Amino acid sequence: MKYTIALFGITKEIVGSSSTTLEVADMLTTDDLLALLRAEYPKLGAIRSLLLAVNNEYAEQGLALSEKDEIALIPPVSGG
Amino acid sequence: MLTSSEKTRYQKHLLLPQIGIEGQEKLKSTKVLVVGAGGLGCPVLLYLAAAGIGKIGIIDNDAVDLTNLQRQVLYKVEDIGNPKALVATKRLLAMNDTIEVEAILHRLKKENALQYIQQYDIVVDCTDNFTTRYLINDICVKLNKPFVYGAIHQFEGQVSVFNYTDASGQQGPTYRCLFPEQPSELEIPNCATIGVLGILPGTLGMYQANEVVKMVTGIGKVLSGEFLMIDLLENTSRKIKVKRRPDAEQLARQSETQEQEEIACKTNIMKTLSVEELQEKLEAQEDLFLLDVRNTNEYEICHLDNSVLIPMNHIPNNIKHIPRDKPVVVYCHHGMRSASVIQFLEQNHQFDNLYNLTGGINAWAYEIDPQMDTY
Repeated sequence: MKYTIALFGITKEIVGSSSTTLEVADMLTTDDLLALLRAEYPKLGAIRSLLLAVNNEYAEQGLALSEKDEIALIPPVSGG
Repeated sequence: MLTSSEKTRYQKHLLLPQIGIEGQEKLKSTKVLVVGAGGLGCPVLLYLAAAGIGKIGIIDNDAVDLTNLQRQVLYKVEDIGNPKALVATKRLLAMNDTIEVEAILHRLKKENALQYIQQYDIVVDCTDNFTTRYLINDICVKLNKPFVYGAIHQFEGQVSVFNYTDASGQQGPTYRCLFPEQPSELEIPNCATIGVLGILPGTLGMYQANEVVKMVTGIGKVLSGEFLMIDLLENTSRKIKVKRRPDAEQLARQSETQEQEEIACKTNIMKTLSVEELQEKLEAQEDLFLLDVRNTNEYEICHLDNSVLIPMNHIPNNIKHIPRDKPVVVYCHHGMRSASVIQFLEQNHQFDNLYNLTGGINAWAYEIDPQMDTY
């Protein structure tokens, strides 16, 4: 399974790109995906609140993801 | 009632059947509190004043400085050093003398937020830090008032209307429905440390002002239940659908007590040093460790003699380089980042020998060493 995740704000800088992909054997839920990303990028792990949107909708915990899903990782932003 | 001069002033609104005299009168009888008169605040204030919002409150405790003029379009060179809320008030009234503008020269804090916010109908969040953003959310939820959120990062921005009750009585999501927990400045740096395209807050601020006008006049579709993200480099936008969490009110209340405890514990523990006190200690040749937590480019502009640079983001990996056996004076540009670093080191690594330099190197340059380069 190959998942593509669009990145925003600080997550873009942490990963060093505007999107990233995850290739895994099994189907992931939103929680699995966040855990994998946090493990790969410890600085993402340090951010307490991260929003995951699937197909332009706030993704609830435990939602099963398909390869076709449009996934976005959105951090809080403080600048003003 | 609109006066005949107001009817002329707002002619182009009155020509729109969706607004008309009725809509313009609604704008006139509405009170809006704008929190923060910086990058987002400037366009919001200009357009709300022009649109004829009857009373505008501006809450900001900052003074204009030269670095603001790249994006904060209300201010002129001659305003440098003057309080933003006062300069902005003067500018707005020069443009529209039919409205009322209240300048509040304080920082929005737990102690005063309820008192200020309850006097207004709508709040516009134009702040530059998480503490105030979460405070606005929590107080607006408590008082059941809508607020228009805007936030910017480099070239991209976020905007949404939170805690909005629609005509059918349905309550929209809050900020905490998206981001339940407040991150620290160590997790996510603010724009004082990372830079922002000057046009970005202009664009996002316009969206915020537009949502206020829509909410008041009842035209169009209010950006509630949707979180809009705009990227100016790619000219892309994306709307994320969000729902109100059933525990939205609980989240807002819980934090109130948590934050209270955190603030109490922070102010009890954190030791500070004024620039004058530091100068005395240095002249007396006391054994101090000077820790600079700014970025390398800031350090290159100016720094204190014999200071050690560990940028804030690198602190977690350099704990062992910070001595525990002598006083450590931590400083940054104005004293905000150094306070976050001290809080982090005290809470997570049990340091008890840290002092925050009040006003940062900026205060040092102004009070002690006028020859020092500033920025």
